[in-house]
Amino acid sequence: MADLASEFLGIRSPNPFWLASAPPTDKAYNVNRAFEAGWGGAVWKTLGEDPHIVNVSGPRYAAIHSNDRRVIGFNNIELITDRPLQTNLDEIRQVKRDWPDRALVVSVMFPMNEAVWQKYVPMIEDTGADGIELNFGCPHGMSERGMGSAVGQVPEYIKMATEWAKAAATVPVIVKLTPNVASILPPAKAAKDGGADAVSLINTINSIMRVNYDTLTMYPATDGMGTHGGYCGEAVKPIALNMVAEIARTPETAGFPISGIGGVTDWRDAVDFLALGASNVQVCTAAMVYGFKIIDDLTDGLSNFLDDKGMKSVSELVGRAVPSVTDWQYLNLNYVEKAVINQELCIKCGRCHVVCEDTSHQAITHTVDGKRRFEVIDEECVGCNLCVSVCPVESCITMRRLTDGFDPRTGQPISGEKADWTMHPNNPMRKSS
Amino acid sequence: MPDIRPNRLSRDEIARNFSELHPPLSRSEALIEADRCYFCFDAPCTTACPTDIDIPLFIQKIRSGNLRGSAHTILAENIMGGMCARVCPTEVLCEEACVRNTHEDKPVEIGLLQRYATDPVLDDEVQLFSRAETSGHCVAVVGGGPAGLSCAHRLAMLGHQVALFDREEKLGGLNEYGIAAYKTVNDFAQREIRYILSIGGIEVHSGVALGQDTTITRLRDEYDAVFLGVGLTGVNQLGIEGEELPGVENAVEYIAELRQAIDKGKLPVGRRVVVIGGGMTAIDVAVQSKRLGAEHVDIVYRGSIKAMGASDYEKNLAQTNGVTIRTFARPLKILGRGHVSGVLFERTARDDYGSLADTGETYTLDADVVFKAIGQRLRDGVLEDGSIRMQAGKIIVDENRATSLAGVWAGGDCVVGGDDLTVSAVQHGKVAAIAIDRFLRTREKAYG
Repeated sequence: MADLASEFLGIRSPNPFWLASAPPTDKAYNVNRAFEAGWGGAVWKTLGEDPHIVNVSGPRYAAIHSNDRRVIGFNNIELITDRPLQTNLDEIRQVKRDWPDRALVVSVMFPMNEAVWQKYVPMIEDTGADGIELNFGCPHGMSERGMGSAVGQVPEYIKMATEWAKAAATVPVIVKLTPNVASILPPAKAAKDGGADAVSLINTINSIMRVNYDTLTMYPATDGMGTHGGYCGEAVKPIALNMVAEIARTPETAGFPISGIGGVTDWRDAVDFLALGASNVQVCTAAMVYGFKIIDDLTDGLSNFLDDKGMKSVSELVGRAVPSVTDWQYLNLNYVEKAVINQELCIKCGRCHVVCEDTSHQAITHTVDGKRRFEVIDEECVGCNLCVSVCPVESCITMRRLTDGFDPRTGQPISGEKADWTMHPNNPMRKSS
Repeated sequence: MPDIRPNRLSRDEIARNFSELHPPLSRSEALIEADRCYFCFDAPCTTACPTDIDIPLFIQKIRSGNLRGSAHTILAENIMGGMCARVCPTEVLCEEACVRNTHEDKPVEIGLLQRYATDPVLDDEVQLFSRAETSGHCVAVVGGGPAGLSCAHRLAMLGHQVALFDREEKLGGLNEYGIAAYKTVNDFAQREIRYILSIGGIEVHSGVALGQDTTITRLRDEYDAVFLGVGLTGVNQLGIEGEELPGVENAVEYIAELRQAIDKGKLPVGRRVVVIGGGMTAIDVAVQSKRLGAEHVDIVYRGSIKAMGASDYEKNLAQTNGVTIRTFARPLKILGRGHVSGVLFERTARDDYGSLADTGETYTLDADVVFKAIGQRLRDGVLEDGSIRMQAGKIIVDENRATSLAGVWAGGDCVVGGDDLTVSAVQHGKVAAIAIDRFLRTREKAYG
């Protein structure tokens, strides 16, 4: 059995699954329940200055559903903790005492004022918490007050506030990044330059869920008015994975520890984050949508996966896929794939045909010898993977690499040589060979 | 003494037995089921639908919450989409063709989804169709069953005036008098007819029987075109000894009586019932007898269970209702003195050439009531002899449902190719209406 035990910045936890700083970690009651369920750690919901903020007493959350009401995307306008600072500190101290083997990190959000950081960081550390996470990510509410993503969008502020936190803290400091930026690299570099021990990402994405079709006003609304919230859940995972991989594969930031966040719902999502460079993962929406019990599948599924791969620990998985991520310009243009439809598995829905017909390259038949039959026309297939993506039957359509002969589409011989855009004759900027 | 009496079951039991066979889908059920549709290209379900309803499209509209649009997609091809959703043998039509059968052996519940989409439009009488500019032509439609109503509605849409004749008091044909009660509750047939007529331009003449109160010759004189959707209202006879005994009944008549009865429990039902035949009518009368409280109900069919006209679903329904299906036997003689007391059957078997042959072996089934359900035919005297070409007692039509007689079209069960399905009759009526419209417009151009 693979060992799921995790060590992140020296913070130990029995597994790499932490609850992210969010509504499920706002109180000792919830965090105790999470630890009882088996969660490896928790990042306590963001603390701020006293007097504590207030929340709306109307809808804070909204979801994008599939037709059978599974939550695919989720949005919130909840602010940081709305309880007195001392109440939180007392509970954090007690929880850490009761659960010494679990990771307990405290999320914080303070204004751009060094004195405030100097005052509060030691109070937080005094609880016995294992680390501090700087919330430079929340895009709603607090950002209007110059905090959250308002900091995270300005690399200079990130560096400055990180320096203040590091100056006041002895425990590890994690900087939580906002995805609401053009590139994640400048904020990540700023955190590193400021002395942060790690970054965690992503926080939520600016979003409006929809309108109310009866009133034609924004939904959800508080007394007829709405405001943008932070988007999360399964739907945001690809955005998060890209940002994690960017940090992991860029020389200036490569090797900088990453806590991966964004849509982790089952163990496969965790494999994605870990393989693309995160050392552990944080989970919020899945716990909010299904309850803490999902930890069982996360740990069990990951453990079985590692066993199947012959890996003894999570660390063997971390970063495994990073070398496979590159820029478009370095992709091998001599590589040729064709779709292949397994006629035994085909249920003859014709989706592959119609999408190829309307979107792509008219490369799939609908009738062969007068019978309803869907076959790939190699002379037209560009290997785009659209048919694979829409086919309702798993593994019915696969991609096959051509290794010799000619590409029936272009008439060009299949070459074993790699040739990318940087050397392509059509590229006016090509490097001379 | 025959044991035939009403009220064999309590009022509650009767109510339960004649409540709807398939309750409608709830909103959640419909959305979950709609999500199972793959939105196939050139969808096999649509190809399998006799009325060509674009099934993936109407299901997509359910999914998106566009229920009125969904109903329009259905009703534009099949104005009786509501009834068809209840009575179509979907397991041999759209649902048999569903690609989910290949994937997981469970088709999308197309029939129930169609009902989900159409019920609100009929319940709230939302008019989805309008009439084209008045053409000035008037068409006679004979028969107010599915074929006639479909034809009348399409003609009205296309701007023509319609005179709709039916020999019964109520319109609907088999929808009103033939379909088993538990398949269409709450007077649905009449509500659907009201919806169809609400488009306007259709004048109903009930109680007018072709061959008695009017003739094809007269209709051809008085109207610009004629459509015959007269169905098969004559009943085939066994032609054996004892057939005239009291207690020997035509299944279709009993089914009609049951449909019209407000208090079904008041209908007399035998303790031991024997049904002779193998089609939907045989199943309907057998199951309904059982549900009225008959103790023993036997369906006896001359051939194999596979050869029976009833669908597999219907045969299962009979069996799960406690009806015994006996195959390979034909009635030799109805037994009884003054009243039926049983039927003498002879066992049949396949001979070397594959046809049914008598074996000489006989058995008797006791019966208080015997139902004849061996098929219907055109009622005598409906058509003027020799006026229209016929084949095996049915009217010959071309692909446009035109008969051999100029200006006369026909559809539904009375034509060759009619298959005892509401949905096919609706298609016949629709196709004929489009052909009639073309005929009238072409004639306009020719004669000004």
